[in-house]
Amino acid sequence: MSTALDAPANGGRRKLSKKGRVDLAGKTVSAACIAVVVLLVITLIFMVAQHGLATFFVDGINPLALLTGTEWNPHVDDANGMPTVGALPMIVGSFSVTLLSTAIAIPFAIGSAIFVVEVAPKFGRTVFQPVVELLVGIPSVVYGLLGLTIIVGWMRDLTGTTGYGILSSSIVLALMILPTITSLSIDALTSVPRSYREGAYGVGASRWQTVWHVVLRAAMPSLCTAVVLGMTRAFGEALAVQMVVGNAAQMPDGLFTPAATLTSVLTMGIGNEMTGTVYSNVLWSLALLLLIMSLVFIAIIHFIEHKGGLKKNG
Amino acid sequence: MQIAKNSMSRRRFLTVAGGTAALAGLGMVGCSSNGGSSEGEAEGGSEGEPAAELSGSITAVGSTALQPLVEAAAEQFMEENSGVQITIQGGGSGQGITQIVQGAVQIGNSDVFAEEKVDDPADAEKIKDNRVCVVGMGPIVNPEVSVDDIAIADLAKIFTGEITNWNQVGGSDQEIVVINRQAGSGTRAVFEAAVLGDQESATFQEQDSSGTVAKMVSETPGAISYLAFSYFDDSTKALSVDGVAPETANVEDNSWTIWAYEHMYTALESDAATQAFIDYMMSEEVQGSLVEENGYIPVSGMKVEKDAEGNVTQL
Repeated sequence: MSTALDAPANGGRRKLSKKGRVDLAGKTVSAACIAVVVLLVITLIFMVAQHGLATFFVDGINPLALLTGTEWNPHVDDANGMPTVGALPMIVGSFSVTLLSTAIAIPFAIGSAIFVVEVAPKFGRTVFQPVVELLVGIPSVVYGLLGLTIIVGWMRDLTGTTGYGILSSSIVLALMILPTITSLSIDALTSVPRSYREGAYGVGASRWQTVWHVVLRAAMPSLCTAVVLGMTRAFGEALAVQMVVGNAAQMPDGLFTPAATLTSVLTMGIGNEMTGTVYSNVLWSLALLLLIMSLVFIAIIHFIEHKGGLKKNG
Repeated sequence: MQIAKNSMSRRRFLTVAGGTAALAGLGMVGCSSNGGSSEGEAEGGSEGEPAAELSGSITAVGSTALQPLVEAAAEQFMEENSGVQITIQGGGSGQGITQIVQGAVQIGNSDVFAEEKVDDPADAEKIKDNRVCVVGMGPIVNPEVSVDDIAIADLAKIFTGEITNWNQVGGSDQEIVVINRQAGSGTRAVFEAAVLGDQESATFQEQDSSGTVAKMVSETPGAISYLAFSYFDDSTKALSVDGVAPETANVEDNSWTIWAYEHMYTALESDAATQAFIDYMMSEEVQGSLVEENGYIPVSGMKVEKDAEGNVTQL
């Protein structure tokens, strides 16, 4: 059948072209998959941007008022007759919980990565790493409930405040991003060539000196990537944060007073507002802001990897 | 020859597999977007049960508070009318009204009047309001708070931030921790309309899920918030307001003023299946049992009526 069809047209190149056609089919399928993914991403960005920018172009809100205003109450107009949409409290809240949770998670993550790679590889690889990676699979709402019942309670007893706030949510987030940073750090340390360590031992360095001066130094770009990926997750996490941060849209004046994050305001508000209203558009603007921040984080990762690559060559 | 056959069959396999996948995908898209009148459902219904004339599929979107009741009613309705497929989704009251105004769904569930959500008043006239039940709400406090009754004016002052300590309303010296509901949520709209009137509440911490609010109030000393009656339990203490207890009978004659309707908005001209389902919601089968089981108050028992502006009239 096939020969009869193919023979006249292809002649000598027949065999190659058949292989080529299977090849082509494979290429087509994978290209189609990529096309769908790319289309999806573009549509998503377009949709978020369309709604998010409507705040400025349709409702006439000054982008600066959104980014620097400290009063958030979109249902009520301010002195100028514009909706009160200052998002600075949430922006500050989001960055605070992200940075603080990363700061809490880093020592634990890198410390345990060193343990797994340098001290007890067998135990680390077979027991510790799977256990840590299991943490990724736990739903956010469970972390939120843990935070609500345990961490908020501790904070309340320790500080005499309500317990809700930036520190509580940072602790919950630290737990959530720990597996991401730990896992990637383990990979980063493992990929440091054995010869580096042997060289360090060769010149009489102790194990600690080898780890500190050689292994960590050499793995630094990949470790940074691990940390930034952790931060990206912390920045975007919504549900768990929303349950413990308190969701008070006011400038945070401490670690123990209720605050709000971009994600917490977004998750709580978006279902309640009609599409196309000012409130809904402003929430989309916050989503756009989150999207832009994610892009920044990704850009940082690419920058670090690029720089790290150059260093290794040089 | 062998190779040729082989490669041919692989290619054919790819083509067939790809084609099947594409068709399946299209089919699924077709099903989900084809809300109004699905032929597949209709055939299945008429074959299975000749008595059931109704067929079609209904999608209801919106209020998560109303969702359990509608789900329970839909389950019973589908048992009696096997040709009808009802899908119920959450998403919030705002989404419910958005989608019914756009005509994307058959029913939009909402905790508040559409008039309160829409920017353009004409949108509210494009849809039909079906008030399926009444929900009473009331202030709750941490069980250790030594106040049992509060004047409505004092309650308002707590939420505007004028009163910050329980000793100002006859309790012990304890700071008041206000846990407000998310701005725009139905519960908050009802509470503010009944208690605050035109005043704005101060900025407090906010929470949107009733379950989480109950948990927070039960665990935070000095906490106050408000919930629908159905969420009242022993872990929190429900306050009476101006000497009136938060009970169904008091809602029915409006002596308890913090209450609202649950709405199921439909198109002005809805299809037979949707209309039948709404009729079923209003029937004794739902009103007499499911409504109360889910913590709501049947509309049939109400002695007063409230409109979108909050004006109450005797029936």
